[in-house]
Amino acid sequence: MKKAIEQLNKLFDSRIRIGIMSALIVNESLNFNDLKGLIDVTDGNLATHIKTLEENNYIKVHKGFIGKKTNTTYTITRAGEVAFKSHLKALEKIINDIN
Amino acid sequence: MQQEEKNISLQTLKDIHGIMERSSRFLSLSGWSGVWAGCTALAGALAARAMLLQLHDSYRDYYHQTVSIDKTAPEYRQVVMNFVWLALGVLFVALAGGVYFTWKKAKKEGATIWNNASKKMVAELLIPLLAGGVFATAFLIEGLELYIPAICLAFYGLGLINGSKYTRSDIKYLGMLEVALGCVSLFVRGYGLLLWTIGFGILHILYGIIMWRKYDKA
Repeated sequence: MKKAIEQLNKLFDSRIRIGIMSALIVNESLNFNDLKGLIDVTDGNLATHIKTLEENNYIKVHKGFIGKKTNTTYTITRAGEVAFKSHLKALEKIINDIN
Repeated sequence: MQQEEKNISLQTLKDIHGIMERSSRFLSLSGWSGVWAGCTALAGALAARAMLLQLHDSYRDYYHQTVSIDKTAPEYRQVVMNFVWLALGVLFVALAGGVYFTWKKAKKEGATIWNNASKKMVAELLIPLLAGGVFATAFLIEGLELYIPAICLAFYGLGLINGSKYTRSDIKYLGMLEVALGCVSLFVRGYGLLLWTIGFGILHILYGIIMWRKYDKA
């Protein structure tokens, strides 16, 4: 059997990427400022992590407008949901296994 | 080593849970907002009672319908309009103070008052509230002022139940109490203002104190 620690998703090593996924898994969609309000992070840093998650097909970016202002929103993908949930399971396993 | 892994995992799970909760529920709602709204309602109710007593020797006689009054009389219409202005004033003062205390709490926590969760909470609260406003206006136009406290209580309670999904779930029980009071007030004629005072005054103050002790105090 694989050790729980090996089941952790390398992509979720980052506190910021974990934050983004946690927020998106319980919300239909969020915009950049919503995420910034939840995670202690600079704009540039947040944008980079969003890009990484998007490239891995874990989140989806929707470009929209409110009036003339751009409003980009993010949603979690099915693949992202599955990956994040198994990451959570692995974390729980680490806590429960070692005693 | 293993213990360290365990601690890191535990902390990570805690962080995840925190973000999930903060992103989907507006938690900065201050207990003081409830106390303020309740006190404003009490003051408003006292003013309303004074206005009613001015209208009749005993407003209860009228509300029990043991005396009849001419509803088309200009004095009566004037008192009704004064009531409407008083109600709008109370609503404004209660809301302004409520927003202020919640804004202060959010600022202290380093959170914002206008985020995804609070927007959803307000939108959900507003749906029944606006419907209640339309009902109250229609009843007012028809000269059925007696039912307005019941409408205010019931629709406000439904709004709280609806909005509670996006804030502390305790708010749901406050909503249920308001709806229950609204329903009761349909049947006990003559106690509309009293039940309104309990619902908007006493219950808000009690809930504000409970919420403050539970979440704000620490």
